[in-house]
Amino acid sequence: MATATGTRTIHIKVKRYQPDKDAKPYWQDFAVQAEGNDRLVDVLNKIKWEQDGTLTFRRSCVHGVCGSDAMRVNGRNRLACKLLVNDIGARVTVEPMLGFPVIRDLVVDMEPFFAKYEKVKPYLMNDEPAPRTERLQSPEQRERYDETTKCILCGACTGSCPSVWANPDWVGPASIVNAHRFIFDSRDHGGAERMQILGDRNGVWRCRTIFNCSEACPRGIHVTDAIEEVKRAIMFGTTDIA
Amino acid sequence: MYRGQSGQWSWLFHRITGMGVLLFLLVHIVDITLIGFVSGKVYDDALRVFSTGIVRLVSLALIAAVLYHAFNGVRIILVDFWPAAHKFQRQMFIGVLVLTIAGFIPMGFFVVAPIFGHCPTGPNGCQPFLI
Ligand code: FES
Repeated sequence: MATATGTRTIHIKVKRYQPDKDAKPYWQDFAVQAEGNDRLVDVLNKIKWEQDGTLTFRRSCVHGVCGSDAMRVNGRNRLACKLLVNDIGARVTVEPMLGFPVIRDLVVDMEPFFAKYEKVKPYLMNDEPAPRTERLQSPEQRERYDETTKCILCGACTGSCPSVWANPDWVGPASIVNAHRFIFDSRDHGGAERMQILGDRNGVWRCRTIFNCSEACPRGIHVTDAIEEVKRAIMFGTTDIA
Repeated sequence: MYRGQSGQWSWLFHRITGMGVLLFLLVHIVDITLIGFVSGKVYDDALRVFSTGIVRLVSLALIAAVLYHAFNGVRIILVDFWPAAHKFQRQMFIGVLVLTIAGFIPMGFFVVAPIFGHCPTGPNGCQPFLI
């Protein structure tokens, strides 16, 4: 079994799919020699570089910052670059995330995801003339939305959500997290507009508090809690008690 | 199937039990309607069906569904209105299961005992409920 260090063989089962060639997705097995503190992305790189150059996946920073490599590992959404071989065991299944159209192998189409993200106007809205220096804010005011600033838009939460699978028009958890980041920012004046967007039938109310998103978030954001805060802000018409 | 945790199961059970309770409600509306729109005799006969062994077993599922749906409904309300609830949602789910089982055992006993000729509520307890 896995020990902290030393090389071991990882049996990895990858869901492959090339829409213009394959009738439907199929599983392919690989065996890879890996160190305990290699990351899953290193294992995938080894496959691509040494065994099968056609294996396709996204990665960019490889340090858990850019959000490129969210995928379903042993049934749950994870960043391949934040997962150590030590923590995943000797047998691993890797699939693209659910709820996204597959472009090829592990690469999913993020365009619909970003379109929904833009829907909540994820930028500072404040018509007051810009001050000469920063728009000041107390540490408490900054703390209020600190957690939701940590989102890297990897889509792990959105791809884990049954409400998203059932209804592709729903804005989904990641958009609401990013709306939360501005709704609870004391410098922002666009809260009412965003809450109007999110109060609609494809807004916050399709969240059924399933908590898959909170578990899936590689940044440790309590996503369901953020959504609930936005729900309460909409319901009570204020961000003070949410 | 996504490997979700307790939250995903709590939601799935909530959906299934909700559909089950709705289905029973439709049956219930039909049987109540018989009394006014058909006849008292047909109504009595229909209610006798509820005392048969098979339907008593089905009633067990109804009891479990109602209890689970009610207790989990309270859990969901707490998650919606109590800001700290999300930290305890898993514990609350376990609480829901415990309460469901605790309610199910005595209620299930009263429903199933007559199949074995035991009438915990006295001889009339095993009779169909007649008007
Ligand atoms: S490659 Fe950037 S987050 Fe994993």
